[in-house]
Amino acid sequence: MNPTLKALLITLALVVAGALIFPSSYYFRVGSLIWINTISVTGIVVLLGYVGLVSLGHAGFFAIGAYAVAVLPGYGVPSGAALFVGAAAAGLLAMVIGRPILRLSGYYLAIATLGLGMLIWMVLTKESWLTGGPDGMVVAGFNPRHWFALVGIKMKSTEAWYWLTGLVATIGVVLAVNLGNSPWGRALRAVHDSDVAASSLGVDVARAKVVAFAISAVYAAVAGSLLALANGYITPDTAGFMHSVEMVTMAVLGGATTVYGAIVGSLILTALPQVLTFVAEYEHIVLGGVMVATMVAMRRGLVPALGDLAHRLAMRGRSK
Amino acid sequence: MTLAKLGACATALALLTAAPALAQIKIGASLAVTGPASFLGDPEAKTLRMLVDQLNASGGINGEEVELVLYDDGADPNKARTFATRLIEEDEVVAVIGGSSTGATMAMAPLFTQAEIPFISLAGAVVIIDPVQKYVFKTPHTDKMACLKIFEDITKRGMSKVGLISGTGGFGKSMREQCLAVAGEAGVEIVADETYGPGDADVTPQLTNIANTAGIETIVNPGFGQGPAVVTRNYAQLGIKLPFYQSHGVASDSFIHLAGDAAEGVRLPATPMLIPDQLADSDPQKQPVVSYIKDYKAAYGEAPSTFGGYAYDAFQMVVAAIKAKGSSDSNDIRDGIEETKNYAGVTGVYTMSPTDHLGLNLTAFRMLEIQEGGWVPVE
Repeated sequence: MNPTLKALLITLALVVAGALIFPSSYYFRVGSLIWINTISVTGIVVLLGYVGLVSLGHAGFFAIGAYAVAVLPGYGVPSGAALFVGAAAAGLLAMVIGRPILRLSGYYLAIATLGLGMLIWMVLTKESWLTGGPDGMVVAGFNPRHWFALVGIKMKSTEAWYWLTGLVATIGVVLAVNLGNSPWGRALRAVHDSDVAASSLGVDVARAKVVAFAISAVYAAVAGSLLALANGYITPDTAGFMHSVEMVTMAVLGGATTVYGAIVGSLILTALPQVLTFVAEYEHIVLGGVMVATMVAMRRGLVPALGDLAHRLAMRGRSK
Repeated sequence: MTLAKLGACATALALLTAAPALAQIKIGASLAVTGPASFLGDPEAKTLRMLVDQLNASGGINGEEVELVLYDDGADPNKARTFATRLIEEDEVVAVIGGSSTGATMAMAPLFTQAEIPFISLAGAVVIIDPVQKYVFKTPHTDKMACLKIFEDITKRGMSKVGLISGTGGFGKSMREQCLAVAGEAGVEIVADETYGPGDADVTPQLTNIANTAGIETIVNPGFGQGPAVVTRNYAQLGIKLPFYQSHGVASDSFIHLAGDAAEGVRLPATPMLIPDQLADSDPQKQPVVSYIKDYKAAYGEAPSTFGGYAYDAFQMVVAAIKAKGSSDSNDIRDGIEETKNYAGVTGVYTMSPTDHLGLNLTAFRMLEIQEGGWVPVE
């Protein structure tokens, strides 16, 4: 089957399945967080999985999207348009900053992106006339319920948010898969394996890196906008270092080489803390344990490892 | 495989959130028990657990047992909002205490308003109760009140020209803005306004600047954590003779330990929890303060902080509301909390009204002076 169509069907099926089995608004709320995380982690997959670049500053782009929908409506821009402005701003910033810092690689790049994230966090914390400072700010009311009501579907706000985030995540996943299988995507993967080999084949390595960086920034910003609108309140913590690490962790846990890894990673790391509230004191031990086990037993992440396993079993079945 | 996993997660969630049938009245809480704000959430959570145990041991409320459903939001508004949904939908609590931080509180408040569940926040900012929201209350005094209290003491001592040196963290920043806003109304003039970063180890340049300002009579330091201790030490090193005020943000014994001898003579507004033995027997807050400190020490082997006191008052007001109304219906509890009159808690004496969901006035603060390494009330 065409991989793009396959991605569309799988993601849509997951969105629908969730809606069918969730018994209450609370599950829909956790579900929408999973899809929001899927969007930002898909961006990480494009950057880390396709091109092999580590960013520890993506929470900064996430926060640009979040604060765009928080700040701009105060100046007369509708929330929906603000989302696009935020995404464009994040993409643009990534392109401008990407030029110099993507010349770095490995740890140096990670530190440079970390610095970028910190700078954005500092601006959000200090400029309280605009951002409300460390206490954060209220995001103007926005409810996708009304959109669904326009086409005659009545549902609760949390359900509407679930569907909206699920559909946006589906679009994001499909676009990422499509990119991965396009000539551009193959160029990106070539850069992943070797800068030199890729450039000898005619790939503009610097440009490929900048474009991937910008694309992943746009993903993060869209996820940030959705989260801010869904929560109705935003604080500079969204731009914090831990949030950047969380995104990379989700990608690595699920498997950074495939967008399905993004879905599985955000599913596990979003749902697990909710399951573990009864042992809240040990939450970090369990999460750490899951990470260590994945790193040791399945170094490429859950989805690729399980894919390999299924493949091996299939081969064994055939050889008998 | 992903589907199966999703199903398994959902089943696990359903099993875990299934409540024991025993409890009658469920009270929810979402606090920053861990993370950067755990100095707030930890004593708050301990206080709530202790109070629930005590209450149930003495027969509960009107014969009904109380169950506390407590989540750790780590001061993250995003987590807090998820837990708020969970408290409403899954746990079906009748009232909620919490939000250790302003961000967490503001993210949760609209949900409780929509679900018509009374919500008492333990966070500082004014925005929580101004404008008043029908279902949202809070127990800690605001930083605006701290500024007014300090300015009141300053004018009483016949001074009016004030220098500010503020931390740039959330607390110092917010209080600085409030102090600037109410200075005129309080009859003082801010003649110098300096700031310092949270990690600064030396603020002598800023202090020298302020001390050299013409006509300056006193200096106020809105700040939190170790910063104010650094400022106080520098203050003594520079030999500045002007009266010096700290904020309620450092109202704890650890400030005296950190600042050492330099803290002598420093004044600050604080709750009566710092001076249990010096309260007059006729003081309505004497009994709650003394018994709270005694119980907390017995339960946890350490002295409670003022932050735990916020949770103490919130919980007692919920319990009083249920008792007064003879009902554990959320709307009845909300009405009961709003009708709170002269409840003497450990933080202050609360009188709520439809236009005031904090219910404290300036008398909730006592002006204390540090003398010989201890707290002395100066009113």
